[in-house]
Amino acid sequence: MTAQQIIFMIVAAYTIGSGLMVVTTRNLVHAALWLVSTLFGVAVAYALLNANFIAVVQVVVYIGAIAILFIFAVMLTRKDMRDSGPQMNKNWWAGALVAVLVFAGLAFLLSGWSGFRNIAAELPAEFDAIGLLGEALTSPEAFVLPFEVASVLLLAALVGAVYVAFNPRSDKK
Amino acid sequence: MSFWNDPLKVAADWLEGLLTGWGLDAVFAHVLVAFLGVFLLIALLMVLDIFLVWIERKVVARFQDRVGPNRVGPFGLIQPFADIIKLIIKEDTTPGGADKVVYNLAPILSMMSVLILWAVVPLAPVMLGVDLNVGVLFLIAAGAIGTLSIIMAGWSSNNKFAMIGAFRQVAVMVSFEIPMLTMLMIPTIYAGSMSMNTIIQAQDPIPFFILSPLGALIFLIAAIAELGRAPFDLAEGESELVSGFNIEYSGMKFGMFYAGELLHAFTFGGFWMILFFGGYRFFGLEQVSPFLAILILIIKAMIGYWVIMWVKYTMMRIRIDQMLGFNWKFLTPLAFALLLVTALMNALLAGAPTWLYVLGMLLANVVTGWVALEIARSVTRKERMQVEGVKNPVEAHH
Amino acid sequence: MNEWLYIALFIVVGLIIPIGAIAAGFIFGPKKPNPIKESTYECGIEAVGDAWIQFKAQYYIFALVFLVFDVEAVFLFPWAVKTGQLGLYVVIEGIIFVSILVVGLVYTWRKGMLEWV
Repeated sequence: MTAQQIIFMIVAAYTIGSGLMVVTTRNLVHAALWLVSTLFGVAVAYALLNANFIAVVQVVVYIGAIAILFIFAVMLTRKDMRDSGPQMNKNWWAGALVAVLVFAGLAFLLSGWSGFRNIAAELPAEFDAIGLLGEALTSPEAFVLPFEVASVLLLAALVGAVYVAFNPRSDKK
Repeated sequence: MSFWNDPLKVAADWLEGLLTGWGLDAVFAHVLVAFLGVFLLIALLMVLDIFLVWIERKVVARFQDRVGPNRVGPFGLIQPFADIIKLIIKEDTTPGGADKVVYNLAPILSMMSVLILWAVVPLAPVMLGVDLNVGVLFLIAAGAIGTLSIIMAGWSSNNKFAMIGAFRQVAVMVSFEIPMLTMLMIPTIYAGSMSMNTIIQAQDPIPFFILSPLGALIFLIAAIAELGRAPFDLAEGESELVSGFNIEYSGMKFGMFYAGELLHAFTFGGFWMILFFGGYRFFGLEQVSPFLAILILIIKAMIGYWVIMWVKYTMMRIRIDQMLGFNWKFLTPLAFALLLVTALMNALLAGAPTWLYVLGMLLANVVTGWVALEIARSVTRKERMQVEGVKNPVEAHH
Repeated sequence: MNEWLYIALFIVVGLIIPIGAIAAGFIFGPKKPNPIKESTYECGIEAVGDAWIQFKAQYYIFALVFLVFDVEAVFLFPWAVKTGQLGLYVVIEGIIFVSILVVGLVYTWRKGMLEWV
């Protein structure tokens, strides 16, 4: 095993462990903080793959925005942050079975793929990943349409969020 | 390659040679030497941080027509050490209902989020730190961890003031992150790269603050908000929230928040200089020796830090509705407009001679800022008329 | 990969130093807790109830708006890197991209969601 594989194993175990804590911990804010830890583990996995941009974006968007939103949501909606109900229902074994089957299926499918056993290649020094991404996002032959559609999607998300949050009853003036 | 030209590499090579000579694995020796280098840098930063306490206290004293610390040592220079000893021997109290783990983790993360910023700071032409190709975004990523530490501190203290402070601070940070992100794109457009070092290199003849003075100004405002300093220090709000999110912290844990804030301000002064004022560059002096380049960067960062202090001790705290309104209704649209104008001018003036390019950019910035101010003025005048009826707003004061 | 190793070192050292400082405070400081000391500070008045209560929903709306613009900025960074080299059509794409989102900002504004109530 190379050093990279060992690091990956540690990071993967850490991410999965944090993920387990998210679903098992009883305190909702703790669950949100464990979620941050999980997302950070994913960012490290991206960094291991030499995907600098995605790794940093993972931290900026998921930890800096979505996790904060989660913590806000938890603090806004629940008066009591300590969940006292049972954590499992009687169908837990079915959920576990589905999870194991999905994992096995994915592992089976991916084991046939040539990239499955490769470790990330060392990129040449002049390889400009972000420049290539920028070119791909703006080139008419490549992804300029999805790029603009992403803006429309974000607009829809914003309008939807505002519409849902907008409570006409509270607006008596 | 002599010690004078590249001290870090010479020292690292010597140490690595020594370690491998003792029979250590080459990779392990490299990691160990890197660890020692990072440790040295951060230790020096902490020493600098101690003096920042003294500088901040002296400067605020001069702003307020006082003398500042002057009893312990010459010019009160030993004062911060006395402060540290006091912080260390203070009792660490933990409020009764606090969430212990999160409560203790918050000051550590707060300090860490500041220290890791120095990973991407290019100290000298030969000491680039980590020249990440996403260096500019790394700034925001580290800020995300800082935001998280504040919300952790506020929530875990089980104190209503702390909670309100944390909420306000996060509201400030998430709001002003948008103009900051947008202004980070302006050096990115000019340099054609997000790497800090490339951005410094691209400022070779003309620093970016000449091309985009408005961009530099908006970045400074957003940085001050990100730091949580006056006029955006709603989270601390001494007069209303006592100390805000760190109200329940004592001893060294409070010290971490305090030292972290000062170092954060100094660091952002440094980033302001790197992004808009050419970083370690100073008319070719930086090529003489890396030591001189580091000195230039530190002096520039001090100037940036001084500007941040100047703003802090001049302005009064604004209300949260004013803060959010200022950001979302003025600064964010202005930042977007400036970004688009910059990109457009950059494309239109692509083939133009340098003087025309610089002049065009400068004019575009001035015009954008002026138009934004005029629009804001007319809108606020209309609003004031609505509030005060048809009375002349000038007369209403008398 | 190597550069992330240095970042990891920065994170590790950045954790060690504050932990060390706080540990020093823990070692040298007195430890005599009592209920008065442990009570939360609210300007001298005894605190009533938990701080872990429901908070103002207004913060949430700003966080939502922020999230949308954060993602937008992330999309714009690769564009910003290349816009100087690729000519005018790329700039126009960026202008369209931002303009669509500014519509969202104007909508939010007109709906009164940017007012602090």
